[in-house]
Amino acid sequence: MINTLSRMIRTGILTEEVLHAPKANLPIGDQQEKIRRILGRALCIRHVDAGSCNGCELEIQALNNPYYNIEGIGIKFVASPRHADLLLVTGPVSVNMEEALKRTLDSIPDPKLVVAIGDCGACGGIFGKGYASRGAVADVIPVHHSVKGCPPAPAAILQAILETIQSTTY
Amino acid sequence: MTQWFKEGAKTVPSNLPCSRKRVGAVEWREIAKSVCSAGGRLFALWGTDDRDRDSRFRVFAAYLQSGGLAVVEHEMDGGTRPTYPSLREYFPSALRMERAIFDLVGIKSMEPDHRGWLRHGGWPEDAFPLRRDFCRDNQFAVVSEPYSFVQVEGDGVHEIPVGPVHAGTIEPGHFRFSVVGEKVLRLEERLGYKHKGIEKLFETMPQKEGYKLAARISGDSAVAYSWAYCAALEAVTGTMCPPRAVQLRALALEHERLANHLGDLGALGNDAGFAFGLTQFSRIKEDLLRTNQACFGARYLMDFVVPGGVAPDLPDDARRLLLDHYNAIETDVVSMRNTYDNHAGVQDRLRETGVLKQDLAWNLDANGLAARASGIPHDLRADLPWQPYDKLNVKVSSQATGDVAARVAVRFDEVIESLRICRALAADLRGGDIETTVPDAEPGLLGIGAIEGWRGPVLIALETGSNGSIRRCHPHDPSWQNWPLIEYAILGNLVPDFPLINKSFNLSYSGHDV
Repeated sequence: MINTLSRMIRTGILTEEVLHAPKANLPIGDQQEKIRRILGRALCIRHVDAGSCNGCELEIQALNNPYYNIEGIGIKFVASPRHADLLLVTGPVSVNMEEALKRTLDSIPDPKLVVAIGDCGACGGIFGKGYASRGAVADVIPVHHSVKGCPPAPAAILQAILETIQSTTY
Repeated sequence: MTQWFKEGAKTVPSNLPCSRKRVGAVEWREIAKSVCSAGGRLFALWGTDDRDRDSRFRVFAAYLQSGGLAVVEHEMDGGTRPTYPSLREYFPSALRMERAIFDLVGIKSMEPDHRGWLRHGGWPEDAFPLRRDFCRDNQFAVVSEPYSFVQVEGDGVHEIPVGPVHAGTIEPGHFRFSVVGEKVLRLEERLGYKHKGIEKLFETMPQKEGYKLAARISGDSAVAYSWAYCAALEAVTGTMCPPRAVQLRALALEHERLANHLGDLGALGNDAGFAFGLTQFSRIKEDLLRTNQACFGARYLMDFVVPGGVAPDLPDDARRLLLDHYNAIETDVVSMRNTYDNHAGVQDRLRETGVLKQDLAWNLDANGLAARASGIPHDLRADLPWQPYDKLNVKVSSQATGDVAARVAVRFDEVIESLRICRALAADLRGGDIETTVPDAEPGLLGIGAIEGWRGPVLIALETGSNGSIRRCHPHDPSWQNWPLIEYAILGNLVPDFPLINKSFNLSYSGHDV
């Protein structure tokens, strides 16, 4: 217990305040305020891996580390699509995941947002279209925003999420 | 290598000692039997359609033995129903590979289980993607097909279907639990959801570009796969990598091992109800990724290993930065291990959970990290060291208990050992070139690249085509052997312990589904 506490104190708070959404250029605290203004609560994200190589998943997971501290700005990942506002999709959509992806989207209550992550999600990436791959996420379900990169850095994913929220009209 | 194999065997270009032999149907099984009884392991199994060349289908088995790799090749007539004897009797992990070979190449093993493994109705039953006359660009409407899971019947038994979409930020796959109360009676996995047609895609790429796809077979093992690919290509072209490039590849491979182990140690703490572990380890991992960015030019090294060497070179101040960082990681990890080991609540969740005893692990063909945690101390870096591991004396970590705690302990040990290797590499880094030119390979050659990734040994079997093209490329992930282990490790455990047990193996879906 003493060990744990002393390590917590020594580690301190690492969350970086340097991430901005380019359009609004707001510091993190203001982002949180803005999300609350738009949604009245935290933004809830459901992630679906529709066929990625697992690279993008690792960078999405990194958003939960203390440096990015995504929950600290009022964004959280949820287990059920029925609790979600936004669907984060990685990978080219594999033929075997096509139906599961569509069903997940259908399970999210309206209004809902979709963000495609990574080169594959944005445009099919190295896999493109083939007998087992449908290519980009937008070729299967409607997408509001996408972020390129292989894999995109956590900061880029966070920016894409914030920009998507800011460009919504509801 | 055993004597029976040497007779009539030819050398195969590879980064490991490797030979190849063509055999008939009877010998195909006899070799499997003698490899099995001599303590060898089935490494990979794949099929090819060579009807355009000599009206034959072929099936290949790669075995791992104390002296090196043995590739056994069996050919069958390209008639309407090509079949070959199953290896399941000696190596149970062969079953899923045989099902996958049928889905892709259309050659059947003489096993009764022919349920689609990679094919979920996404292409017609009588179309086989890896046949020469199948066009990769074909797009079919999905015809959803029922999949018959093995049913468990009796008082109070019920089924829990999980997936393919899971509750966290992880890859998709389906798990079918049959449970009584909270206890798991049976688990059946269904994988293949991420099948993207990687093997067919390889055939459309030039040899010199294939490393990019290899790195994206399983993004968490990008260095292992791209190195295996480049090792196969360099072996068939007779290319020698500059010494500095070889050292930098090993450095990158160890960084990949560190990043994944650090991430898993945090996630395992979290799944045991100890969020502090996740916070601390995700910080340590993030620091390492940032060092990767500073030294290798990327957080994840997707395109660092290239044919003939690496790109880009380290910046001038990298050595100091790396050595300082290794010390910082070691201090943190030693202290965190102490915290995990002395935390009664964490230990209560980790110990005797998801036990996989040594004899069962051996009989199920376990490999890599999972095998080492069940008392099977195999590691290519130590058993068949290739350059530069031949000078690094890698110490293999192994635990006897086979529970989640053992898989945690092996990760802790391997982090410390990786740091030692990284220090040795960074301290002794040679100067000079980091890349050399790779010529186009002669057509019709088979090269094998095998690398011990963080999860276990990965293999690339590369067959060259004409004018620098790829005729066939088969990647093999250690997860093929290890996925069935979880079906046994979960038995008798509570359903809520499944995420913890699954995470303790942390197998690849993408690398398996290709």
